[in-house]
Amino acid sequence: MSGILNSSIGRKFAMALSALFLMVFLLQHFSINILSVLSPDTFNEVSHFMGTFWVIQYLLQPVLIFGVVFHFVMGFILEIKNNKARQISYAKNNGGANSTWMSRNMIWSGLAILAFVVLHFYDFWLPEVTTKFIDGDMSGLIDPSNSESGLRYYEELQHKFVDAWRVVLYVIAFIFLALHLLHGFNSAFQSIGANNKYTKGLKTFSKIYAIGIPVGFIFIAIFHFLNH
Amino acid sequence: MNLNLKIWRQKNASDKGKMVDYPISDVSPDMSFLEMLDVLNNELIEKGDEPVSFDHDCREGICGSCSLYINGEAHGPDRLITTCQLHMRTFKDGETIVIEPWRAKAFPVIKDLVVDRTAFDRIQHAGGFISVNTSGNTIDANSIPINKQDADDAFSAATCIGCGACVASCKNSSAMLFVGAKVSQFALLPQGKVEATDRVLNMVKQMDEEGFGNCTNTGACEVECPKGISLENIARMNREYLSASLKG
Repeated sequence: MSGILNSSIGRKFAMALSALFLMVFLLQHFSINILSVLSPDTFNEVSHFMGTFWVIQYLLQPVLIFGVVFHFVMGFILEIKNNKARQISYAKNNGGANSTWMSRNMIWSGLAILAFVVLHFYDFWLPEVTTKFIDGDMSGLIDPSNSESGLRYYEELQHKFVDAWRVVLYVIAFIFLALHLLHGFNSAFQSIGANNKYTKGLKTFSKIYAIGIPVGFIFIAIFHFLNH
Repeated sequence: MNLNLKIWRQKNASDKGKMVDYPISDVSPDMSFLEMLDVLNNELIEKGDEPVSFDHDCREGICGSCSLYINGEAHGPDRLITTCQLHMRTFKDGETIVIEPWRAKAFPVIKDLVVDRTAFDRIQHAGGFISVNTSGNTIDANSIPINKQDADDAFSAATCIGCGACVASCKNSSAMLFVGAKVSQFALLPQGKVEATDRVLNMVKQMDEEGFGNCTNTGACEVECPKGISLENIARMNREYLSASLKG
């Protein structure tokens, strides 16, 4: 058991578990974000709860950050190790004949998502941490000195999607996310050993998830760009 | 048919190697790919040149000896066949055909198109067997009832001929389809369950030590496998390995 992470199968199992965790998180993130379109007040209340409830902030958030970092680091380690397994490339390789572009280019879609995560942290996470833990404002209000000013989260979200360039970057990132998920969703189940009578149905569900969630995020970004 | 062959030539394991062009004329569309190479070699020998080395044995698609990465695919563009079953009618007159050896750190080139696949043998030695007393009191295998589905799945896994097309096709040079098939064919049967834990741990350990890459589930191996070995075998090996690791 101790050496499981040193084995090829152990590493891919760990990669798959972190992927499954991140896919659950992504669904939860989308469920909250879509509230910004359906009901700004509810979005504000849920955002405030997520940003101030100690279980989420001090227990789940560190687990999430660890999951994100682990998935990226393990992805790079596996990519480097796999590249070493073929030191001379083929003069002619017809990869498209036997596998999808998505499956062969997870590192590139992953790097695009990593770049997006950096931008996303700069846009939302860093200002949030600054407000709460440096400025010490845990009120969640637009004007902390005025309890009638209302919660700030919806306004901050809309403010971020004023610039067209940022919306374009978000849309591109979500396209790469869809490409990553189109292979990654099923791949995670295969890696944990789940290939059985449910696999066909799972493949259909994975396509719905892999396209549906990124398209939903794109819709939210464009909606706020058009309605700010 | 007139063809232009681009073939990897490498004098020995330490030679750098290079692609060399060989025009060939009057190729019959009914020839197998290996017969076409035989014709080329006869021409080279007549000219006093070194013939192209390549692996072959049964030429019936069952021994797993022939290899060759042809126009970017293991065993060429057709499906569920080995190179010896590939016929020249698959190609067009005037076509350029690129012929390379399997490329993997664990399969070093010995000469030209011949690679050393003994890494597979060492993986088999690590656990690809069952310990059965053969001193005259062996139990008749047919006396043990086996679920039909398990028997069929075990037989499908056992059709792996160990050619290495899975490794050659995988972008990571992973051997997991081969090892998955060898683990599965025993794990599914009562005779193989006795040593199941040690088998999967030892075979995966040996596979990793040989320098094969990790599986990223592209599915290229399943598509290019001449025996149609399913990815289900890799999933089964993953389950067996994780279960064995927890026990061990």
